[in-house]
Amino acid sequence: MSDAPIVQMTGITKDFTGVRALDGVDFTLRRGEIHAVMGENGAGKSTLIKVLTGVHDPDAGRILLDGEPVRFHSPGQAQAGGISTVYQEVNLTDNLSVAENLLAGREPRLGPFINFRAMRRKAKALLDEIGIDLNVAAPLSSYSIAMQQLVAIARAIDIDAKVLILDEPTSSLDRDEVAVLMRVMRSLAERGTAMVFISHFLDQVYEICDRMTVLRNGTLIGEWAVSELPESELIGHMLGREVQTLGALEHRAARHRPDDDVLVSARGLGRKGSVSPFDLDIRPGEVVGLAGLLGSGRTETARLIAGADRADSGALEFRGERLRGHNPRTASARGIGFCPENRKTEGLVGDLTVAENMILAMQAARGWARTVPPARRDALVAEFIEKLDIRPADPDLPVKNLSGGNQQKVLLARWMLIEPRLLILDEPTRGIDVGAKADIQRLVNELSEDGMAVLFISAELEEVTRLSDRIAVLRDRELIDILHQESDMTTDRIVETIVEKGGDK
Amino acid sequence: MNAYLKRLIWPLAVLVTLIVVNIAQTGFDFIVPSVHDGRLGGAFVNILRNSVPLLLIALGMTLVIATKGIDLSVGAVYAIGAAIACQWIIDRDQSAFGTILTAVILALLVAAVIGAWNGAMVAYFGVQPIVATLILMIAGRGIAQLITGGQIPSVSDSTPFVELGRGAIATIPVPIVIGVLVFAVLALLTRTTALGMLLEAVGGNPAASRLAGIRSKGITILAYLVCGFCAGLAGLIGAANLGSADANNGGLWIELDAILAVVIGGTALIGGRFFLLGTVIGVAIIETLNVTIINVGLSSQWQFTAKAIVVFVVAVLQSPEFRAWLLKPFRRPDGGEPAPEPADDKEALAK
Ligand SMILES: Nc1ncnc2c1ncn2[C@@H]1O[C@H](COP(=O)(O)OP(=O)(O)OP(=O)(O)O)[C@@H](O)[C@H]1O
Ligand SMILES: [Mg+2]
Repeated sequence: MSDAPIVQMTGITKDFTGVRALDGVDFTLRRGEIHAVMGENGAGKSTLIKVLTGVHDPDAGRILLDGEPVRFHSPGQAQAGGISTVYQEVNLTDNLSVAENLLAGREPRLGPFINFRAMRRKAKALLDEIGIDLNVAAPLSSYSIAMQQLVAIARAIDIDAKVLILDEPTSSLDRDEVAVLMRVMRSLAERGTAMVFISHFLDQVYEICDRMTVLRNGTLIGEWAVSELPESELIGHMLGREVQTLGALEHRAARHRPDDDVLVSARGLGRKGSVSPFDLDIRPGEVVGLAGLLGSGRTETARLIAGADRADSGALEFRGERLRGHNPRTASARGIGFCPENRKTEGLVGDLTVAENMILAMQAARGWARTVPPARRDALVAEFIEKLDIRPADPDLPVKNLSGGNQQKVLLARWMLIEPRLLILDEPTRGIDVGAKADIQRLVNELSEDGMAVLFISAELEEVTRLSDRIAVLRDRELIDILHQESDMTTDRIVETIVEKGGDK
Repeated sequence: MNAYLKRLIWPLAVLVTLIVVNIAQTGFDFIVPSVHDGRLGGAFVNILRNSVPLLLIALGMTLVIATKGIDLSVGAVYAIGAAIACQWIIDRDQSAFGTILTAVILALLVAAVIGAWNGAMVAYFGVQPIVATLILMIAGRGIAQLITGGQIPSVSDSTPFVELGRGAIATIPVPIVIGVLVFAVLALLTRTTALGMLLEAVGGNPAASRLAGIRSKGITILAYLVCGFCAGLAGLIGAANLGSADANNGGLWIELDAILAVVIGGTALIGGRFFLLGTVIGVAIIETLNVTIINVGLSSQWQFTAKAIVVFVVAVLQSPEFRAWLLKPFRRPDGGEPAPEPADDKEALAK
């Protein structure tokens, strides 16, 4: 690792209408290093990346690439200049195939035509390299967001780049995929590629990064070698205050005392090609976790219970009543809230404001003619902006202008607002910073203490074990076991279950 | 509200420019209304009066476009509305108020049903809006011809029906009154209830809207229904103005002008946010433009080219990228370097 900077940004300032996202930030990236950019949600990490790669024009500051001043005006230019990027919000083309997405812009050709056979072969090889196995001819939209994230990564690392930028690439990945990614990153670093790594998972940062730059509220706090900055100090720098909040993260939530009567009961519920029939009960005041590897059917299970997908076998009962024609609207009317994992495509309406997005489910339940009274609406919105600490705290901002983590909180607020009986959370802490993650976990805890049932999905097993009263373990789209003993609530037990029970199939 | 006004500022500027050009050509008489036989007149008032059919259709179209849809059948529905009303009237006692009322109600009802049908095709059968409404765009004129038996039914000049197009209430031309009323009703309907927000949600992100529990099918149908109703009403006003219904040429190509007006008014074709007031300004621009071409002495062949130029100007002015580019030479570099382009071009070439 040489110390020659490959990217040097100085005095970068970026204003969005009403928000100063970056204020005179300096950033230096050296050859062959892996450099973390750290900060809370909305600190300006993604904006810094986007200024570098030409998505946004900076209002002030200069950028040197290899010692020469550059200013890119589009991500395409940046890529041509040797900077390859995986953006936080996966932006591939949904209805194109995996192979087309991987190789768009540099398809193998036969004269003027695209050589589709060669393209599929090349795509397959690329995916093999990072150890995933997909049908490269299938449309990208048929895969989960985690898979899409992997495709985006595969695409980025293939392009022979001097600089590779990964903005929260691991937010929905499992530990195995994360391990593969880290292996790939290390080998790239050996070849001299400089990398920027953004993540809210501190353990990953400490494992793989050499240096880190910390931002807070758009200003530079400092740059440290990872080995010089212990975790607690890092968090202090990020949040700007001493943290006890994190203490709550350490020890497991107190067990709830759920009622005996069952709120939701699934019997043989299933859907062909999605999840095999399963039985599951959820009681009021109980947090049920869904654990499993990528593609094990967690999301699909949740979607059947939420009414987002139609089951083609079995029965679902809610408060003793058998549900027929179960769909998102009837579900919401009964008090079932569902936060989908992909907030951009299935969660938020980007053009609408923060307030409108929050009120959407409540308003939908009332129908268009019965508007939520403005005073009530404003009060509720203000209450949840404060409760979830959404920043900037401006209800009239288009939600697409919020940082990723803050968008996630808006989606959560939408359902908390209607005080559901059952809240289904698919990766609710995806992309959320350490402080806010603790807040959300505490909130889930409080809600279930107040009698709400929660179905909780997270790729982070620690989070599932910490919050859940019972854990349903899935493997290969099948519910293989339900762990309910205190002693079973460990990540090791989950992993063992997956390995053991899967073995005899 | 602030952001809302900002969106309107460029279309408004274009409209004002057009008006100024006309005043320069024909004097202040262009804009100052006059009163003839107890009826408001003058060049600009006439423009407004004549623009009402387009306005009604464009307002309906705005709602449809907000849902990520489009309605190509409005011209045909215009013709059907006109045909039904005129045919009904000439077959009966032309001066009876009851006849007129029935004719109007019947025409509007059929127009609304056609609209709802379009909406159902889109919402329930998942047909692409452009295809679903293309069917009636083509078939609709045939239906109108069947209604009129291939003739052009002309109502007598004495029937109260023609007042819909030619009359005045308290000196204000009836079409203008209707236009203002429909605008007011739609604005109230969408902005004081949650309808507007739900429309924007459905158009902005259908998948998210479904998961939020919105009845998107009902909302989509409602938008097309209103659009059909407005097209029928436009047909009535057009027919009343002419005193006849031409199944072939009534409202011909009006769908394109309507879509244009919506876009000029700042509503994006990809759905989501919509601006009824913007559409009103868009309609005023299109209609004023037609008159301007004649007033500045260009032959009418210029109409399409001029329209294209104005649309281009408005579209470009609305683009933030273009405005930033235009203003760039006037901005202080603010400490940093003034964008050293060459380096990255070199990089790009090297690859
Ligand atoms: N296009 C935009 N328009 C207006 N404001 C924006 C825009 N993009 C980002 N912002 C604002 O800039 C600030 C920084 O956002 P940024 O996305 O860089 O945060 P981040 O550090 O990446 O956060 P996260 O961890 O949540 O992804 C936020 O306050 C955000 O609301
Ligand atoms: Mg970000």
